[in-house]
Amino acid sequence: MSWTPADPMVSLKNVHKSFGDLKVLNGVSLDVMKGDVICIIGPSGSGKSTLIRCVNALNDIQQGSILVEGQEVNDPKLDKLELRKKVGMVFQQYNLFPHKTALQNVMMAPIRVLKQDKAQAEETARGLIKKVRLEGKENAYPGELSGGQQQRVAIARSLAMRPDVILFDEVTAALDPETVGEVLQTIKDLAEDGMTCILVTHEMAFAREVADHIYFTDRGVIVEHGPPETFFQNAQDPRTKEFLSQIL
Amino acid sequence: MEFVFEWFRTLYQETGINLPFLYDEYDRNRMIDGFFTTIWLSLVCLFFSVIIGIIGAWLQGSAFKWTRRIVNGYIQLFRNTPPLVQLYFFYFAIGTLLPRVENDWGGQSPILGSFAWAAISLSFFAGAFNVEIFRSGIEAVPKSTVEAAEALGFSKLQIYRDITLPLAFRVVLPALNNNLVNLVKTTTLAYAIAVPEMLYEANQIWSDNVNVTEMMFFLLLAYFVLVGVLVGGMNRWERAMKIPGYGG
Ligand SMILES: Nc1ncnc2c1ncn2[C@@H]1O[C@H](COP(=O)(O)OP(=O)(O)OP(=O)(O)O)[C@@H](O)[C@H]1O
Ligand SMILES: [Mg+2]
Repeated sequence: MSWTPADPMVSLKNVHKSFGDLKVLNGVSLDVMKGDVICIIGPSGSGKSTLIRCVNALNDIQQGSILVEGQEVNDPKLDKLELRKKVGMVFQQYNLFPHKTALQNVMMAPIRVLKQDKAQAEETARGLIKKVRLEGKENAYPGELSGGQQQRVAIARSLAMRPDVILFDEVTAALDPETVGEVLQTIKDLAEDGMTCILVTHEMAFAREVADHIYFTDRGVIVEHGPPETFFQNAQDPRTKEFLSQIL
Repeated sequence: MEFVFEWFRTLYQETGINLPFLYDEYDRNRMIDGFFTTIWLSLVCLFFSVIIGIIGAWLQGSAFKWTRRIVNGYIQLFRNTPPLVQLYFFYFAIGTLLPRVENDWGGQSPILGSFAWAAISLSFFAGAFNVEIFRSGIEAVPKSTVEAAEALGFSKLQIYRDITLPLAFRVVLPALNNNLVNLVKTTTLAYAIAVPEMLYEANQIWSDNVNVTEMMFFLLLAYFVLVGVLVGGMNRWERAMKIPGYGG
C-alpha cells in the first residue's frame, strides 16, 4: 500500500476497456517512473485517448488495475478529487473556460479545488503565464487568443494544480503548423524540469527528442515499446514498421 | 407638481377626459400602490422563477429516474394548463385546504394572502418554462469544457455553478428575457384574485369615476412603458454579458 518514489508513478496492469460491445483496450500494461516522459503513438482509433483518459478516471475500466502513486483508480470508492490533484490533463481542443480570462482560467482550480487564497493563486498564475511565454495576455479571453496561445494557457492551467504527472492528448493536433512549435517547446521545458509526462502524439520528431520511452498501440494492445533510438531504428513488429513507414 | 395636477383637473372640466389619478390624491395613491404592487410582484416572480429554473434544470440532470420524472411532470403540468386556472387552483383549492390562523382582530384568516398565492402560482408557471430554457442552454455547453473542469478536480456542484450555468446563461439569455417579459405581462392575472396590482387599482378607479376609456388608454401606455424599460434593461444586460471573441 505504501508507495515510494522508487515505485512507478503510474502503473497499468492488464487494462481492459470497452464501450458497449466495442473493445477498445485489450490488456494494456505499462509503467511510468517519476520524471519519465513517455509517448504513446499509434493509428487513429487504436485507443490512445481512451488509454490516457482512464488514468485520471474520465473513463472507467472493466478489468485490470491502474495505480497512480499506489492509489487504485479502478475502485468504486476512488476519491476522484485526490486523484485529479495528482494527475493533470491537457486536451486536443484546449477546452479553456471561454467566459474567463487567461489568468482566471489558470487561477480558478487552485482557488476552488485547492482552496488557495486569491492573492496567492494569482501570483502563482502570473508566474505560470510567464513560464508559458504569454506575458501580456493575462486579461485576454480564450476567444481572443490563437490556438497555440490557448493551448499554452491550458498547460499553465494544468500546472497551477501542481500535478505529479500530466497527460497530453494530441495537444498539437488542432494547431496551425506555425504554432505547433511553441507548444512543443513549452512541453519540452516541462520535461526538462522533471515533470512526469504521458503524451499521445503524432509528432514523431518531437517524440524522438523528448521521450524516454515510446509505446506503439494498435487495436487496444501495446504492440511494441522501447527507448526512442531502438524503437525508431529497430522496430520489430510488422504493424509498427508499417505505421512508421507511413508516418515518417 | 400642483400645476400638473391642476392642468389635468382643468382638462377634465374643459374636455371631459377624466384622469382622476392625476389630480385626485386618493386615486393617485391607489394608482401608485397598484404600480408598486405590480413591480414588486414582478420582481418576486422573476427571482423565484429563475431560481426554480436553475434548480429544476440541475435536477433534470439527476441520476435518479424519479427525480427527473417529477421535474418533467411539473413542467408538463404548468406548461399545458392556463395560468389563470393555475392561479385559481392555488388560491381556491390549495389555499382553502391550508389551516387558517387567527388574525389581529380575533377572526380567522388564511395563512397566505392573495399576493403570496399570485407570487407562488406565477413563479411556478414561469419557472416551468425557465427549466426548459436552462436545460437547452446546459445542453449547449460543450461536454469537453465540462470534462476539463472535471479533470481539474472540480466537484459536480462547482462545475454547475462556475462553468455550466454561466455559459448556459449566455446562450439562453434571449429566450429567458422573452419569458421574463411574458411573466411581467402575466402578473395582470393576479387581478382575478384581487391582488391590488395596477390593473386591479385601475378597475377600482374606473368603477368610481366611470372613465373606462381613459383608464384603458392609460393602462396600455403604462404597461408599454414598463415592459419597454424591462426589455431595454435586458438588452443592455445581454450586451454586458457578451464574452469577447466568443459566440458571434
Ligand atoms: N465515449 C465513447 N463511446 C463509444 N465509443 C467510443 C467512445 N470514445 C471512444 N470510442 C471508440 O473507441 C475507439 C478508440 O478511440 P480513441 O479515441 O481512444 O482512439 P485514438 O487512438 O485516440 O484515436 P485518434 O488518434 O483518432 O484520436 C474508437 O473506435 C472510438 O470510436
Ligand atoms: Mg485520440
